[in-house]
Amino acid sequence: MPSLKSLKMRITSVKSTQKITKAMKMVAAAKLRRAQEAAEAARPYSVRMAAVMASLASRVTVGPESPRLLAGTGKDQVHLLVVCSSERGLAGGFNSNIAKLARRTLDELLGQGKTVKLMFVGKKARAPFARTHKDLIVGTVDMAHIKNVGFADAKAVADDVVARFEAGEFDVAHLFFSTFKSALTQEPTRLQIIPAALPAGGTAGADASVEYEPDEESILADLLPKNLAVQVFRALLENAASEQGSRMTAMDSATRNAGDMINKLSITYNRTRQAAITKELIEIISGAEAL
Amino acid sequence: MAELLDFELVSPERRLAKARVAMVVVPGVEGDFGVLPGHAPMMSTIRPGAIAIHEADGGPATQRFFIDGGFAEVTEIGLTILAERATPVADIDVAAVATQLAAARTAGDDAAIARLEAMQAAATN
Repeated sequence: MPSLKSLKMRITSVKSTQKITKAMKMVAAAKLRRAQEAAEAARPYSVRMAAVMASLASRVTVGPESPRLLAGTGKDQVHLLVVCSSERGLAGGFNSNIAKLARRTLDELLGQGKTVKLMFVGKKARAPFARTHKDLIVGTVDMAHIKNVGFADAKAVADDVVARFEAGEFDVAHLFFSTFKSALTQEPTRLQIIPAALPAGGTAGADASVEYEPDEESILADLLPKNLAVQVFRALLENAASEQGSRMTAMDSATRNAGDMINKLSITYNRTRQAAITKELIEIISGAEAL
Repeated sequence: MAELLDFELVSPERRLAKARVAMVVVPGVEGDFGVLPGHAPMMSTIRPGAIAIHEADGGPATQRFFIDGGFAEVTEIGLTILAERATPVADIDVAAVATQLAAARTAGDDAAIARLEAMQAAATN
């Protein structure tokens, strides 16, 4: 039976934990709104970019002369996995879900006898891989100092990936991030970024009269790295929103659990107190009767 | 001519401008071109330079943005410019650009020199 004092201390400690989780939940809710707004504001650009890519794709046939970002290297021996996670923990299953999906892909590729390289954006997904596949990690991008993800940050990541690709370090690149569905559900997602998966262009006849300046191939060559940066940017924004959503849900249930715990502890505390009082009374009464 | 052109300027982070205007002059890689309502559909990449927006028909340029490279798309609906970075020309700090330009020249960074020279030209024009 724990003593009254230790019970009281327990309750105080759980109460202060509850205060922290509650505050974190509210902060996450506010940040979630901002992250959602940022994702919303970025949408017109990525929508237009996708439309342009689609209309270009319907005009250009992928051949050996096509830009390598589109056509690939013709091999698929070396894979690069770009895993985006957050810089902070306490976000429920957010980071581990991304890491789990990345690990499944990693094991699958290794099982097929491929060579795999790993790159991390944000450090939280790095830890589980650093333990088991340290030799495969080729780079980590630190996002700790970045408060709100800007396009420049995404571009830096994309440029790094493109530079590695041009240097022939890998043949295929996948991007891992968490798609924001709602504050309650986030879905870990895998997206192939190199070679670029072009949307099937079904509108070839509709805009056949469009003039291209310079020609389609040069525009495409110019656009592919940009498109990559846009995809990375979108992934980072989705990730930011998912992280906050996930943290909000996690902290909400933590607050509720703390509340339950406080109730249980209070009941035990009151029972123990009553028992002690009863015991004391019995002692006094039986003492008085003995006289 | 009362017809107006639907013009949209978007950067990856947000939509910077959306308006109905008379004409927009865009610095394409193969030369500047003006876009008026009813322009034939086209796509062009943009070199670093200023786009000029003419709100009134035949009037002077009312708004100018410096575009750091990007992409212009003219459709039947209007003109969309996808710019990686765009700054209103009025907001360009000429002195800061000059110092950056000097730094780029000593470093021999050709891309930065071209970009900053275009920026300077846009600001002083």
